[in-house]
Amino acid sequence: MDVSFILVILLFGAAATWFVGDKLASKAALIFSTAALAATLYVIYRYNQGAPVSFIYLWNQSPRIFLGFQADGLSLTMTLLTTALTPIIVFSSFGNLFPKTRAFYALILFMAFAMVGTFLSVDGLVYYVFWELSLIPIYFIALIWGSGTAEERKKSVIKFFIYTFAGSLFMLVAFVYLYQRTGSFLNLHLYKAMLTSTEQTWIFAAFFLAYAIKTPIIPFHTWQANVYQKAPTAGTMLLSGIMLKMALFSIIRWQLPITPWAANEYKYIVIGLCIAGVIYGSILALKQTDLKKLLAYSSLAHVGLIAAGAYTLTLDGLRGAFLQMIAHGFVVVGLFFAAEVINRRFETGEISGMGGIRVQSPKFTSMFMILVLASVALPGTFNFVGEFEVLYSLAQSNIWFAVIGGTTIILGAFYMLRMFQQVMLGEKNEKFFADVTVSEGAVFVIILAVLLFFGLYPKPITDFITPELEKVLVYINRFNK
Amino acid sequence: METNLALLLLFAPFAGFLINIFFGKKLSKTLTGTLGTVAVAVSFAATLYFFLQVLQTKTPVMVNLFEWLHLANFTVNFSFQLDQLSLLWLMFVTGIGTLIHMYSISYMHDDENMHKFFAYLNLFVFFMITLVMGSNLLIMFIGWEGVGLCSYLLIGFWYKNQEYNDAAKKAFIMNRIGDLGFLIGIFILAYLFHTVEYDLMKAELENGWSVDKAWLGIAMLCLFIGACGKSAQLPLYTWLPDAMAGPTPVSALIHAATMVTAGIFMITRLNFLFNLTPDVLEIIAVVGAVTSLVAASIGLVQNDIKKVLAYSTVSQLGLIFLALGLGAYEIAVFHVITHAFFKACLFLGSGSVIHALHGEQDMRNMGGLRKVMKITFVTFLISTLAISGLPPFSGFFSKDEILMTAFHHNKPLWVIGSLASIMTAFYMFRLLYLTFYKDFRGTEEQKHHLHESPTLITFPLIVLAILALVGGAISLPGMSWLNEYLAPVMAKPAEHHHLGNTEYMLMGIAVVGALIGIGVAYAKYIKKGEVPPADAQITGVTNVLYNKYYVDEIYTAIIIKPIYAIGSFFKNVTEVALSGFVFGLGRAATLLGNQGKTVQNGSIGFYLLVFVLGVCSILGYIFLVK
Amino acid sequence: MENILQQVGIDNYIYLSTLLFCVGIFGVLFRRNAIVMFMSIEIMLNAVNLLLVAFSTYHQDAAGQVFVFFSMAVAAAEVAVGLAILVAVYRNHNGIDIDNLKKLKG
Repeated sequence: MDVSFILVILLFGAAATWFVGDKLASKAALIFSTAALAATLYVIYRYNQGAPVSFIYLWNQSPRIFLGFQADGLSLTMTLLTTALTPIIVFSSFGNLFPKTRAFYALILFMAFAMVGTFLSVDGLVYYVFWELSLIPIYFIALIWGSGTAEERKKSVIKFFIYTFAGSLFMLVAFVYLYQRTGSFLNLHLYKAMLTSTEQTWIFAAFFLAYAIKTPIIPFHTWQANVYQKAPTAGTMLLSGIMLKMALFSIIRWQLPITPWAANEYKYIVIGLCIAGVIYGSILALKQTDLKKLLAYSSLAHVGLIAAGAYTLTLDGLRGAFLQMIAHGFVVVGLFFAAEVINRRFETGEISGMGGIRVQSPKFTSMFMILVLASVALPGTFNFVGEFEVLYSLAQSNIWFAVIGGTTIILGAFYMLRMFQQVMLGEKNEKFFADVTVSEGAVFVIILAVLLFFGLYPKPITDFITPELEKVLVYINRFNK
Repeated sequence: METNLALLLLFAPFAGFLINIFFGKKLSKTLTGTLGTVAVAVSFAATLYFFLQVLQTKTPVMVNLFEWLHLANFTVNFSFQLDQLSLLWLMFVTGIGTLIHMYSISYMHDDENMHKFFAYLNLFVFFMITLVMGSNLLIMFIGWEGVGLCSYLLIGFWYKNQEYNDAAKKAFIMNRIGDLGFLIGIFILAYLFHTVEYDLMKAELENGWSVDKAWLGIAMLCLFIGACGKSAQLPLYTWLPDAMAGPTPVSALIHAATMVTAGIFMITRLNFLFNLTPDVLEIIAVVGAVTSLVAASIGLVQNDIKKVLAYSTVSQLGLIFLALGLGAYEIAVFHVITHAFFKACLFLGSGSVIHALHGEQDMRNMGGLRKVMKITFVTFLISTLAISGLPPFSGFFSKDEILMTAFHHNKPLWVIGSLASIMTAFYMFRLLYLTFYKDFRGTEEQKHHLHESPTLITFPLIVLAILALVGGAISLPGMSWLNEYLAPVMAKPAEHHHLGNTEYMLMGIAVVGALIGIGVAYAKYIKKGEVPPADAQITGVTNVLYNKYYVDEIYTAIIIKPIYAIGSFFKNVTEVALSGFVFGLGRAATLLGNQGKTVQNGSIGFYLLVFVLGVCSILGYIFLVK
Repeated sequence: MENILQQVGIDNYIYLSTLLFCVGIFGVLFRRNAIVMFMSIEIMLNAVNLLLVAFSTYHQDAAGQVFVFFSMAVAAAEVAVGLAILVAVYRNHNGIDIDNLKKLKG
């Protein structure tokens, strides 16, 4: 059993979900996504035993394209993140009633399939295909099941689609050029390419455009808030929890090892941009009146910090970024689910329409509180581990980066606690707020368990990814001798 | 065995927290309270065991659990260190903690969420123990942020009131400013020493590890900013008076006796590093002295009984920082301990008063309580005498040591400190007179219900008052047990002042100063029988003081408002512009397409003409140009 | 055969076919009637055929003449289809003036 099985399960699951019909679709999706999770865990278990779990097949002679899925610490961690979050996302949608149910759940599984493919691919072209493939389901999910008027929704979703698609095209151009230059799309071959500084600069820029739009890093973020707000919560979770990690992962997997000289040369500009995003996102979050938009901007701030960590080109930075990616994936899914839980009861996303929830629902309040605390990286939560390593690596690059990036600690607490106060506290709301149901509670408990466990004991993940990151660092440092 | 006991010490309050948060609702109120109290008492017992052991063996107990963080040039373990300093701190944290838990059983009995109160309080003790016990800076940071969280939860305990929530939020955010400083300080230290363990850093320094002094100075300054946040020093002190929104036991435990001393603990813990950066120490001394004066001056005119105590806490903490800045860590620790005793007693006493008056906190509506609340009055009086610095109460010894050290090192700071002490004596007696003397000024109904508090409340008061009375014995001038006890954790031996004429004269000045303060208060509030005027009638300097020098307003104007203004700018200008630019690109494409559309006019003749011209030009190019 | 070519000369064949081709082009460009345009296209086609045949003789290679047969056969088929389209257009539009046929507008 190798990694391709995970993909097969997800793809087959998507088809099966479609065919079992509307009534059973949600359950089928849950079963198949859980099966994918089990498969991932099994593959990781085998990988740890040293068994070969990679899959490679020469798909096309000329141009040489490999249908290759490589299992290593990084790709398996991201696959696990995807397959662990997918059942959670599927399960969290159980409380909602969607028209065309089977299409909805099939698209979620298909999206998971595309994202896992992106994480696992070793061949640049196949990677690109998966990368673009993942856009299609989220486009339909946001367009068909989103909120707000159809006209507005269409406007923001199409903007998102074209924007990210346009950015990715530059990446395709870069890949085609690299193939011309090296005769291969395989990442290991590309890592060894000795490109001139001009070539590196252009390729770096092309990759950067694709990733900066997807992540997003300011000033390429304008699609984000509207789509997060308009998409159904499951879609927002997929986008913020996993899909934007594709870009961050790709920075470490593709951009930095292929163009290390350029990465080093433009390090300060890029980190500066990322850090500016931290402040920018945080301050904008303060001004939001819509809960999901607020969370979107807070996400902008957090991923800015993650990207900054990756671009420091140090082991601590890469590792911190990686850990933070996982932590952020879980916490943001939890937060958006909390927004959804409120939305189910109050049928509004406006913060001004909330308040006085704590009196009515102590359980929900506690869980939401812990999520908020994880989001502001309180020590003991997983987010602290990542944020600490990222900030430490930034401090080593330049102490001011750490100081300015570190304001996220203050501003994050500011907007999150302010939000919490306005949403949850105060006199009892006139509208009835039922405390969380068992299934809603289960989603929260799983997420919180992950966040707290790895917050105190991140060693399993750290040990799993560190050797791979060290290898990546060797490629990154191949130009500085 | 030792490991297990140490873990019991640490986790007993956490167990209390878990039980109360999950099952507290089903248990009876007395039971939840008892559980919470017992949990802390267990910790106290364990602390006592270790304390006695270390007192004999003089070797610290180390507990190493497992690796937490692994970075390129250092690792962080979950490891704990029970040495002289941490045990001393644990003694009063768990000891006073137990008393205050006990007090809360009665005080919070009418609250519907009593189990939550005890859960949070237990959680606080857990984090405080973590903070103190940790053997490296990051474990301290866990506790550091954790106590901040509990402080947030407990200040906003009555969450239906949004003003209280504002105060809670403010405390958390102000603390976080300091926390950022703390983190940056940790980064620099980790970079310099390749470790964050106290012992290893100390060992490296002793082995001649060369450290960049400039960076070390910056690191120490950053850590001091952290301490400023947690211990409410200028310019980050404004959260502490607001924190009085929480229930009174919280004010006593967190915002007077324990959490706010975390900054002092940290500086004392790192004394071997602070000693290397005299410039930073000087800054600490000046900040401490100025804080003590500013806070004392605000305390002069406050009318809310808890606010007076809050400013007095800030002021006393300022004095302690003054001692730290002068390098007299032992004296700082001494004052922390005596302050914990008398300030906890004062807060609990004020709680007893508030309890008796059903929530009334304004001193203008009190008076004459000494007749009905005898125990509260006596304990309050002892503590007030202690804080005013009259012999033989504990406060006299510790405060006098601080001023004496200041006199020897830096005369202006001594003057400031002495002034603050005189003010302290004044406002504390003002508080005492307004609350307990003359006639009752509240409503008839309140008067009718006046009563002495139950034993659960008075017992802690009595214990604390006794401690406030005799606590000075641990470090008498000339024969200090404390200095000797703390010697192993101090990089430099404690300074020893010979009790010469100067010293006796200084003591005399301090006592006379305190008596002057008391005298003025007596003349004003007993002889003349003045009562502070209503808010609207306050004028002049008093008004500035009453409004706390408008510091909150200034912060709002220069920090909060600009942030919101920038936010509006970002939201209404930058976002719109960026978004417009992206849409503009889309529109440009449409425009270009529309232009191209006009060529496609449907006329076959036109198409053919263009076609022929095209072919001709290609042929022309091939034959003529080439 | 040789004599004829020698008497007339390949140049004249080229001139003639060029002339025919240009006549065809101008016919296509300036006439509005679809049938006339169609005829003009046929003239262009035949101009090319003529040239092919002339060069075939000139090079003493029969392949060119064979090619012309194919070309003429295909042209015949094309005329059949083209006229059929024109008839259909006439039925729909009551005329075959190309100025009235602007359905291809973008």
